[in-house]
Amino acid sequence: MTVPILEVKDVHAAYGPVEVLRGVSLSVEAGEIVALIGSNGAGKSTTLLAISQIITPRSGDVRFCGESMIGLRGDQVIARGLVQVPEGRRVFARMSVDENLKLGAYLRDDITAVADDLRHVHELFPVLKDRGGQLAGTLSGGEQQMLAIGRALMSRPKLLMMDEPSMGIAPLLVTRIFSAIRELNRGGLTVLLVEQNARGALGLSSRGYVIETGKVTIGGDAQDLLRDDRIRSAYLGD
Amino acid sequence: MQDYEVFLQQLITGLSNGMIIALVALGYTMVYGIIELINFAHGDVFMLGAFLALTLLGALGMEAWPSHWQLAGVAIMLLASAGFCGCLNWSLDRVAYRPLRRASKLSLLVSAIGCSFICTNLGLFWGGMPMEVFAGGVAAAAPKDFPQLIPQFNILGESAIRIVPADVAVLVVTVPLMIALVYLVKRTRLGRAMRAVAQDATAAALMGIPVDRVIGITFFIGGALGGFASVVYALYNNTIGFQMGYRAGMDAFTAAVLGGIGSLPGAVLGGLTIGCVRAMSDQYVETRWTNTIVFGILILILIFRPSGLLGSTRREKV
Repeated sequence: MTVPILEVKDVHAAYGPVEVLRGVSLSVEAGEIVALIGSNGAGKSTTLLAISQIITPRSGDVRFCGESMIGLRGDQVIARGLVQVPEGRRVFARMSVDENLKLGAYLRDDITAVADDLRHVHELFPVLKDRGGQLAGTLSGGEQQMLAIGRALMSRPKLLMMDEPSMGIAPLLVTRIFSAIRELNRGGLTVLLVEQNARGALGLSSRGYVIETGKVTIGGDAQDLLRDDRIRSAYLGD
Repeated sequence: MQDYEVFLQQLITGLSNGMIIALVALGYTMVYGIIELINFAHGDVFMLGAFLALTLLGALGMEAWPSHWQLAGVAIMLLASAGFCGCLNWSLDRVAYRPLRRASKLSLLVSAIGCSFICTNLGLFWGGMPMEVFAGGVAAAAPKDFPQLIPQFNILGESAIRIVPADVAVLVVTVPLMIALVYLVKRTRLGRAMRAVAQDATAAALMGIPVDRVIGITFFIGGALGGFASVVYALYNNTIGFQMGYRAGMDAFTAAVLGGIGSLPGAVLGGLTIGCVRAMSDQYVETRWTNTIVFGILILILIFRPSGLLGSTRREKV
């Protein structure tokens, strides 16, 4: 078996006295799309924040490319290529689309490679090129999501974690964004996809995990999960 | 002196003082923009900058220098005070504010008030220094004379209206600093990072922006502007004292709120407005009413336009 690019082992995390993660374990192999599904408040976003070291896990380990992330600063994690697209997009609303994309490349000094990546992002989402000078806050929800993804791509991630990219977005644009994720994956990007839209996420992924009240309870092949009775009743509305 | 000449003279005084207030107000507004804290110690950091300048002036014996050397002395004091105030402000953030980043805004505010008291008392202590420029340090709390290093002649020659080199010096120092600040915030990588942290610190952290370092640099820059302002203030008004930070701090804070706290152009506009209102009130009402008028305006603004003159829900922070 190959060594996974990301390995999360028994991570516990809390906000003050409230324990939110109670033993999360999962792994992602290079080149995969892996879905992490679960209901509201199950700990999906907290899992991503704990992986990114934005919140510090109380115990457990997060290994990326064989190296433990525990104790690193957020910028050090990103510099290693472990990047996330935050929940609710969180684009910088009062800055232009171009400035948002530049901020994505904040840690990089390789100007020519950054220009290449900007061209690539513009090809993937042409609207970001057309609206480059516009304030990000004036974009539609779907366009902001494209900007959030584009901004994260500007840091040239090895593994991109996406937190609810379909949330609050018109269905047509959800399709567009999911196909962009597939396209990026074909280009070699590994993706960890957190979604409430379980059907869409599992349809895109090779494997999936289910998180319930802070614990990963089920994990396996995405197609198997789509057929699993428990998941069908709890998350797919069948 | 004709009526209009009196008015113009007061306008010049008001604008000069206003530019100094604006420079201090920028420090308030930048820090507020990035962590939503009214840094009450900012005025006192400004005061300590003036004390450092006077100490240097005395220690190097600048008063005895030939006049063109004295200009170099002014430059030395400007740079030293700016560096000192920048470092001091950075240290306050590191020691007293940063540990409270996740605490409530009120804890942070109380911490800032505490820092203000500490700095005020440092100034009182410093005023007792046994140096000739501190009048031997006998009366620590007494106002100190700040020697006139800039020549006193009327640039307009025989005109009734006086514009002295000190007025020009105020502009020569403040305007380039303001232009440089706007360039820094609008055009540079650091400025982009500062605005990003101001808008959404968590999202900025997810972009790899070292949020605490950026906040620390913002404190440094705000403090340094206060340091520059303190030397200009001392040269322009020729008196400093350990309580000047409170007075100037209140004016600058009012200016920042008047212009719309968090807005850089707002701080400058607010500073100029406060400077002119003070000068006009001193002339046409009475000096003892000046504070009442200034704070009365503040209250009116807060009631009828709480976001200030240039502030709005869409304002550019930092």
